[in-house]
Parts: sequence; C-alpha cells; structure tokens
Amino acid sequence: MSQEANMRRVTAIKNGTVIDHIPAGKALSVLKMLGIEGDMSNPVSLVMNVPSKKMGGKDIIKVEDRELTQTELDRLALVAPDASVAIIRAYSVAEKLDINLTDEVVNVARCTFSNCITMNPREPLPHRLIVTSRMPLRLRCRYCGKEQDTEALVDNLL
Amino acid sequence: MPGLITMDDLTNEEIISILDDAERLLPVARGELYLPLLQGRILGNLFFEPSTRTRMSFETAMKRLGGDVVNLGDVKTSSVVKGETLFDTIQMVDGYTDIIAMRHPRQGAAQYACDSANVPILNGGDGAGHHPTQTMLDLFTIRQAHGTLEGLNVVLAGDLRYGRTVHSLSHALVRFGCNVIFASPESLRMPEEIVADLKVHGAEVVETDDLLGQINDADVIYMTRIQKERFPDEDEYAKVAGAYKLEAGDLDGAKPDMIIMHPLPRVNEIHPSVDSTRHARYFEQAFNGVVARMALMCRLLGVEVPEDINKQGVVL
Repeated sequence: MSQEANMRRVTAIKNGTVIDHIPAGKALSVLKMLGIEGDMSNPVSLVMNVPSKKMGGKDIIKVEDRELTQTELDRLALVAPDASVAIIRAYSVAEKLDINLTDEVVNVARCTFSNCITMNPREPLPHRLIVTSRMPLRLRCRYCGKEQDTEALVDNLL
Repeated sequence: MPGLITMDDLTNEEIISILDDAERLLPVARGELYLPLLQGRILGNLFFEPSTRTRMSFETAMKRLGGDVVNLGDVKTSSVVKGETLFDTIQMVDGYTDIIAMRHPRQGAAQYACDSANVPILNGGDGAGHHPTQTMLDLFTIRQAHGTLEGLNVVLAGDLRYGRTVHSLSHALVRFGCNVIFASPESLRMPEEIVADLKVHGAEVVETDDLLGQINDADVIYMTRIQKERFPDEDEYAKVAGAYKLEAGDLDGAKPDMIIMHPLPRVNEIHPSVDSTRHARYFEQAFNGVVARMALMCRLLGVEVPEDINKQGVVL
C-alpha cells in the first residue's frame, strides 16, 4: 500500500501535529505519554499497524489544533525515538521536527525500580536514564543501574 | 568528585596498584608500624543500615593512618527519621568531613550521594546493588592466596540474587579473565542484567544448582548467606539452604590451595569443621578489609603510600 493511501486513511488536518513512523502498536503509549486523553477537546486521529517500507508496520497520530513542544518530543523519544513529527498550519507542513534521543534522558521519567533512591519524591537531583541501546531501545537508571521496563516508563513520566 | 561506587570506577591497572599499596600497608593495619599518612583527615561513616565489619574496618583503617572518624550513629536518632533527604544529609556531612563511607538500603544511593557531594564517596553497599570496597578486599585475599588474579576458577555460591558482594566481585573477576561459576538455587540466581554485562566482557558464565560438584576444580569458593526472609515458608528455606552448605568432609577432593571465602556473617553455610582446614580464609578476609580500605582512602584523598614504608613509619 502506498504512502499516500496510508495518509488517506484519515483526513488531512488544517492545524496541528502529525506524528508518523511510530513503531507499530505503540500509538496508544504515545498518546499516554503526551497526556492526550479521551476527555480533551482536540480531535485526534489514530491509525495503527499500517504497512511501511521503512519499518514493516507503523502507527500514525494526528492531533488537531495542538503543536508539540520540544519537551513533549523528549518524552516521545522513550517509545518512538525514530518518529517523524510535522507541524501543520493551514493544511501545509510548516515545520518538521526531529526527535533526538540523547545519550541521557534527563527529568523525563522516573526509574521503574521500586527500591531505587529516586523513589523518594523529595530527593532533588534530576532523574537520569542512560541510553545503552537505541535499537532496541534500552535504558538504565544512572543511580541504581537497573535496566528499565520501557513499557512501565510510560507510567513514570514526570 | 570521583568516588568508588562500582568496580567500573577503577581500571585493572588501578586495582592492581591499590592492592600493591594495601600489601605495603599490612604492618600498619596490624598495628606493628605507626604511619600517620591521613593525619588531620576526617572520615564520615554514614551507615543507614546495619554493618559490623564494613563500618568497623573503615574506622580502624582511618585511625591506624592517624585520621579521625565521625559517625552518623543510629539512624533512628538522626535527622533521617525526621524525613531529611539523602541529598541534604550529604550536603551536611560533606562540610564536616574529607571523605565519606556510606551504606544505604536504597539501590543507587551511593551514586546519588556522589553526585551530591564534593568529597569522595566510598560505596559500602547500596541495597542489592554494589559493594566495591568489599570486592577490593576480596581481590586482595584471592591474590594473597594464589599470587595472581588471572585465570582462576571461582565458584560464587548461595544468594546471588540479593547478595551485593557477589555482584561487584563477579564483574571484577571477569575483567581479570577468571572463570566464574554461579551455584545457587533457581530463585536466587544472579540477576539477568549482571549476567548480560559479564557476557559483554567476554565471560563464559556457568550457572548451576550443584555446589558440591564444583569443589574439585575450584581455586576459590565464595560462599554467601541465604536469607530466610527470601523464602515463602520455612520448609522451602530449609531445603534450599541445606544444599548450599560446606562441611570439612566435602573438601577431600579439593585442590590443596583452594580457598573458601565468605563476606560474613555466616549462619549455617560453612560448618565450623571447615574453620581448621587449610582452605578456610574468611577471617583473614575480614581482616583484609582494613588494608584494602586504607589503600582506597589514601588513593581517593590523593595521598601516596610510600614504597619504603618501613623506613618512614615508627615501629610499635
């Protein structure tokens, strides 16, 4: 199926953000990480498991009337580091944004290990997760050294 | 500030050089020579959970080298019970001392303290994480017995899941090309991420539940205590703990220079009949904690341990 056909599955948006090349099946996690819940007023379109030349399968999200910030993109890096993000204004791509997964993810999510020192919410140092592998994505807490459960990290966003 | 949080903080060359310093410091540790290399320095002992050997050997090491020690004391009577964060405690002690030795029930606490402090932090155990100063004294004991750290067959036995001493030690052994054999019950196996790390370093890791079958080929058997509270019921504990027990009679086929180590305290895993065999090394190992920690504190405080130590010290 062509790229065009994929995009036609949902209608073009006038203003907002299109997040493409999300790993297949991760769109719901991405929505959760962005804090996009069913009770918000912006229309959100979502397609899952569509064919992709580059990825085999992928998910796409279109959020109307909302432009993602760089901080929100940092969060996205944890589940969809290679996603491409386009800001749409008046039906045209106004900006293309990159998600740069840095070597260390600082103050985005709390370590998932229950006995980590960072579990005390009053400890003031930043939460630091070190990227040990990009494909597949693997992270370790700088402090306790525990390998992170990337699914559970979605629940630990700061 | 650099500290010693995991064994990754030291290169193999640094490890050997610190062990050489420790070797020279033996007469000072035994109280035969007075050499106040750390006179005027203060160690902060922050033990947020119980410790006998680690805390006392740090204190002895500092005092033998002419320095002084301040203790956090009982956690129950410190600011910690009032809800003070580790960050704040470290800020305070950092101002009082030149170096800090710390044990904490939370994993990652030592790295956290290191990131919070200006003075060096020595990790004396963080949760089930690392215990690198124990590893240094373990390596010292192994080298003392075998003259080398390279190419030895080392069996680590007992609680490998929660026993932090074996986590740090296995990393170090693999870096020196030792073969490591993990003998433990299924439920107390070495954590997966540690095994994965060891394999990255090129180690061939053997995991087994048969301790007695490993004795004859071993150069070192490192026993650890299996804790009752890790098991759902008493019967299960008794069954498992019984399989990880050494008695003198089990050692008949052992190599003559094989040594048995234990970070102590022991409960039933090494029968007292082993104490009088040529293989028992755990009490020397505990003593070696003093020299290893002396050498580490000198290194982290930038104080050189002189080559001609006997000429510089005062014989007692």
